[in-house]
Amino acid sequence: MPESYPREHIEDLVDDNLEWSQLHDMMSDFKDADRFQKVRDVLQERVDWDDPIVIPYADKLYVVAKSEDDWVIKCECGHEFCEHDQNWKADALINVRDTKEEYLEIYPENMHPHPDYMELREFFCPGCNALLEVTNVMPGYPLIHEFEPDIETFYEEWIEQPIPTPENQSA
Amino acid sequence: MSSEQPAGENFPRMRREKEKVRQKQENGEGIGWGGQTLREQFESLEDETEETEHYAGFEKLDFKEENPIEYEQMFAQLRGDLVTARETSKEVAATPIVEQEGELCYGLFTPEGDSIAISTGIIVHIHTMSEAIKYMINHDYEDSPGIEPGDVFVNNDTHVGNVHPCDIATLIPIFHEGELIAWAGGVNHVIDTGAIGPGSMNVSQASRFGDGAYYTARKIGEDLELYNSWKNDYPDKTRTPDFLKLDERTRMTGCLMIRNAVNDIIDEYGIEKFKELSREAIEDGRRGFNNRIKKTMLPGTYRGASFVDALYEGQDNLTRAYANENHLMHAPSELHVREDGSFQVSFEGANKWGWHPYNCTPAAIQGGIWVMLTQTVIPNSNVNDGAYYACDFHLPEGSWANTQNTETAHAYAWHFLVSAWAPLWQHLSRGYYSRGFWEEVNAGNANTSNWLQGGGIDQFDKLHAVNSFEAACEGVGARYVDDGEPHAAAIWNPEGDMGDAEVWEMTEPLPFLGRAVKPNTGGAGRRAGGAGFESMRTIKDVSRWLLYEMGNGYMTSDGGLFGGYPAASGYILNAQNTDLEERFENQDDYPQHDLDPESGDFESKIEGDITRRDQGISTPKEFDDYDMYLNYLRGGSGLGDPLERDPEDVLADIHDGYVLPRHARDAYAVVVEKVSDDAKHNSATPGEYELDEEATAELREQRMQERAEKAQPVSEWYDEERERIQNEEELIDDVKKTYESSMRMSAQFAEFYHEFWELPDDFEFTLSEKAERSLENRFKTGFKKKWKNPTKGHETWLGVGRDDEPAVPYTWTAERSIRDLPSPDASFSDMQAGKAMDDD
Repeated sequence: MPESYPREHIEDLVDDNLEWSQLHDMMSDFKDADRFQKVRDVLQERVDWDDPIVIPYADKLYVVAKSEDDWVIKCECGHEFCEHDQNWKADALINVRDTKEEYLEIYPENMHPHPDYMELREFFCPGCNALLEVTNVMPGYPLIHEFEPDIETFYEEWIEQPIPTPENQSA
Repeated sequence: MSSEQPAGENFPRMRREKEKVRQKQENGEGIGWGGQTLREQFESLEDETEETEHYAGFEKLDFKEENPIEYEQMFAQLRGDLVTARETSKEVAATPIVEQEGELCYGLFTPEGDSIAISTGIIVHIHTMSEAIKYMINHDYEDSPGIEPGDVFVNNDTHVGNVHPCDIATLIPIFHEGELIAWAGGVNHVIDTGAIGPGSMNVSQASRFGDGAYYTARKIGEDLELYNSWKNDYPDKTRTPDFLKLDERTRMTGCLMIRNAVNDIIDEYGIEKFKELSREAIEDGRRGFNNRIKKTMLPGTYRGASFVDALYEGQDNLTRAYANENHLMHAPSELHVREDGSFQVSFEGANKWGWHPYNCTPAAIQGGIWVMLTQTVIPNSNVNDGAYYACDFHLPEGSWANTQNTETAHAYAWHFLVSAWAPLWQHLSRGYYSRGFWEEVNAGNANTSNWLQGGGIDQFDKLHAVNSFEAACEGVGARYVDDGEPHAAAIWNPEGDMGDAEVWEMTEPLPFLGRAVKPNTGGAGRRAGGAGFESMRTIKDVSRWLLYEMGNGYMTSDGGLFGGYPAASGYILNAQNTDLEERFENQDDYPQHDLDPESGDFESKIEGDITRRDQGISTPKEFDDYDMYLNYLRGGSGLGDPLERDPEDVLADIHDGYVLPRHARDAYAVVVEKVSDDAKHNSATPGEYELDEEATAELREQRMQERAEKAQPVSEWYDEERERIQNEEELIDDVKKTYESSMRMSAQFAEFYHEFWELPDDFEFTLSEKAERSLENRFKTGFKKKWKNPTKGHETWLGVGRDDEPAVPYTWTAERSIRDLPSPDASFSDMQAGKAMDDD
């Protein structure tokens, strides 16, 4: 059981270079205590901008620090969405699949939801057009704000580290 | 070995214990520890747990800390004994459900009903059996019918502690020196419980009265002998009595093996150590769960919603006219991970229960979520009710998630349950992703259907029922680090398997014509969802034979993650009055698959009355020899943008039968060219394809551009949608009825919905007369509660959670966050909700 994986191993995780046997070992082992910091540091090196990453928020999305108390959700491409506790989807591009014809692009006949009962909402980044999230909901459903992280509690009480700021950025 | 052997007088140890219990009773003492009654002991445990926030007041784990090796030895021995009991006893059973699929599990419980250790298998029932024991304590079974050494109890009542009545549990108490020291429990899925239609999970009933036989925590024997009255009762309440008799012997075998193992452990280590272990193991499990959450998740609030359809309008053979309506499950799912690592799951906003067999009880939901958590948060042997004590659940009374009405039907509660926990996978995955534990991120599980069920006079001229557990083998959601596993397992049985076709054919008069991976069942994504599969069955040597389908159809219940697409939804395909017999005789082609439903391949190879429809549920209808039935088992959902999937992987998907060639272009923007018609690969669709890398790069660039042109800013979409909602345009009655049901159930959801779409305060959807009548009928039915005199802890368990909060902190409405709560126990009850953001 590694207390901590070598940085190269975490880089391979981030860069999708691990073999299945290595991934399987990581699943089976006890969890390493410094994973968050290591992954954050690797990601910080990988992005093309300088804002310190506070947390990886979702695939391609980060909460970054613009100042000591201003955190925003930012895409890998550099597009900035909104404050960290707002729903980034409100600032995204959307395409709704709600016809049979649009469903058949993804699913065969008979194997897709009925458009009267369910629609697929595709949310794209306005900066890079990447597909960030697809939600399947009844027509008329409000937007779902999926994740509101409690960043202060996490840093101050769970990992007992200072929250990254443009000033204390070390990576 | 200290375990008694049946030499001379049977079970001497049990008889000695029984005598000691008698003596205590004569002295006015209870069977609890130190002469307490069981209820007193249970209440005291609840109080100590609440006061100290540690299980049974165990703030320190003295045994584990002072003698860790012995502690681990004892725990490992118990766990090993439970697994041995399962592996040995399942050979007693005759159904492939138990013997092939392993739909069986065992648990060892404290006197109060908390699980200490469990076997492998369908471990959802560890918590359901726990509730059955608590029910007996809460309802003074110590006084009547009595709890004594050698007693045997059975339960399959969902409102007491079960998911659905076809899972039958056996419970036996274990005594030492006249004290109840533990319970051994075992449960398995039986073929038929005598519902109004054949099969373990009939779908045509409107209420409990069509669900089949319910046995409410019933004493069925003493001195380890089953009562004559029981032996003459239950076999006539099922279409498959011989199978059920062997199932019962299976469970008894396992429970007695566990009882013997506990006696041996007590003889070896002493009773005090056993008692200490039983308390510390649960507190250890509680801490382990909290620690794992704090180590792998982020504190905060996670939200999602899932849906599934149960369409009954126009179905045949319904038991009540008022059940002739469509139902949609709405499961808003909110997870709070508090600052202390505790875990609170809320279904506030869930819609009303319905006249269908997919309703749930708290035991079903908690057991169901619990088994899911063992596959992600606690994937180790230290699984017990400690995890239950680390979680709070908020299950609105009167909703499908907690009907509190003994009139409701529950035969296939899993239909809603499996669908409802889909967002929970994603909550956990979002937390794991943020913490960097990417190897744990998973898009979700499959909808565990289709259920092929039915029955009639079988190939042996006997009344029989079938329940194909091929459904124990579904695709799994995509991982962040790899594709989902194809045709792997079912969420409710992590060790599930499709079973050997030959074994199914021994007990089902339904020969296999083909079995293959089903293309496009897994959701598209950078990582593809694991594919499901399909079996084409025919029918042979039957009479009076019924079959039906059960699964999702108009809705897909499992969402994709991070840009991945949901898994495909289901459909029904049958053929009746066919020319299959002639085709066999003439050695003509006949359909073995329906790999591409729009290819016309199936229809081109069979003459007859073909039913092909997009719905997933059908009520029992008659089938005869040489009719055909497609059993389609679902795939898992995808993860990540499909345009980022390696084109070589898409090519491999075609050759492996996971993706139809045309969807390589449509869903993945990958250009392939067919270079040979010969089948050279695993796919049941023939052909050799090559990748055109240049054209793929060009197409992907073009597709990215098209996205930007086709999509619109969410703010624009919001304005259009709001107008549509306000004017009730293009929303069908079934959808509006579901929203109205949730809004009438939950003031919080109503507020959220109104504020999000800026609807007037008095806005209500206009429903058809039929929909309005349906809602009124169910809301007026009120409660018919099963628990008459619950302890304090269980009173709140039945409603809103174990702590003193008037309601779960509910944050869908307005700008409020769990971060604003001053303490882990605080609630929003006194806080005024502000105006919702339009992106809330």
